[in-house]
Amino acid sequence: MTVSPNTLLAIVMMGFATYLTRVAGLYLADRLPRSGAVRVALDALPPAVLTAVMAPAVLTGPIEMVAGLLTALAALRLPLIVAVAVGIASVAAMRFAFG
Amino acid sequence: MNTPTANTLSEVRAGVAAILPAVIAMIPFALILGQQAASKGLTPLEVLAMSSIVFAGSAQMLAISLWTEPAPIAALTLSALLVNLRHVLMGASIASKMAPFDRWRAPAAFLMTDEHWAVAERRALGRPLTLAFWLGSSVFLFLAWQAVTVLGAVFGSFIRDPERYGFDFAFPAMFIALALGFWKGWRTAPVMAASGLVATAVHATAPGAWYIIAGALAGIAVAVALDTGAKPDVGKVRA
Repeated sequence: MTVSPNTLLAIVMMGFATYLTRVAGLYLADRLPRSGAVRVALDALPPAVLTAVMAPAVLTGPIEMVAGLLTALAALRLPLIVAVAVGIASVAAMRFAFG
Repeated sequence: MNTPTANTLSEVRAGVAAILPAVIAMIPFALILGQQAASKGLTPLEVLAMSSIVFAGSAQMLAISLWTEPAPIAALTLSALLVNLRHVLMGASIASKMAPFDRWRAPAAFLMTDEHWAVAERRALGRPLTLAFWLGSSVFLFLAWQAVTVLGAVFGSFIRDPERYGFDFAFPAMFIALALGFWKGWRTAPVMAASGLVATAVHATAPGAWYIIAGALAGIAVAVALDTGAKPDVGKVRA
């Protein structure tokens, strides 16, 4: 039941970065461009980051790729948590069948 | 006419009621996050520190999936900044509605999360946002997040061989579903394709978390390049 100093430093730095993003919008409200390239880049940022995060884990093998596809199909129709359950269940089932 | 105290209490209660569905939906993710953190060697106390200091689900999930010992501080900080940049847009949109908070506006922003922001925005559509509503909803979510992530860390360490049950796929699946929440028709497809392919290529060749930055930049570059080609402003004028 300990906290390593290095881990705590990492957590504090992450917390600082996160708070910066939370408070910045309050002061930038009137200055963010409503159109143009910067706006397009800001709008594209969330899906681009999220895709970059998950892609290597999904493109790692055929089982994960099929499960990723099933998750995506489920996510278009069903609540988030159900889509995640579909992903987990399909990976587990395929690993059981083919692994 | 309500007394100020009764009014405050009913605002706190309204906030708790408004965030309740999000709290229930958060439970399985918080359990998985705690379990994954434990499997990477974080102690329950370290999970509590992260959940209370960072208090951002997707940033914490990303951090745990990148986690190695010793913690790669620069990569973790930069990833938290990148994955949370959406907060800037959310804050910009809710800034004017937080005006009644006065000098508590900046401290209150610490408790802003995706779900809470959505609840506060929805409330502001009908009636002015109050600090009591803001705190009632966000503090409830905050305390629940601490409790359940720590619970996941304590009991998660008892789950052996989580790959067998597909638990390692929980985060990728969640990020797929979250990314598709930003789906704006087929023009999002090239953005995601560029991001995913570049991220996978960099992941295979470079150590650390740089694949996220490389992939995100590739996706953004494609979005900007395609936008200039499509000239949406011209279409708007014509319509």
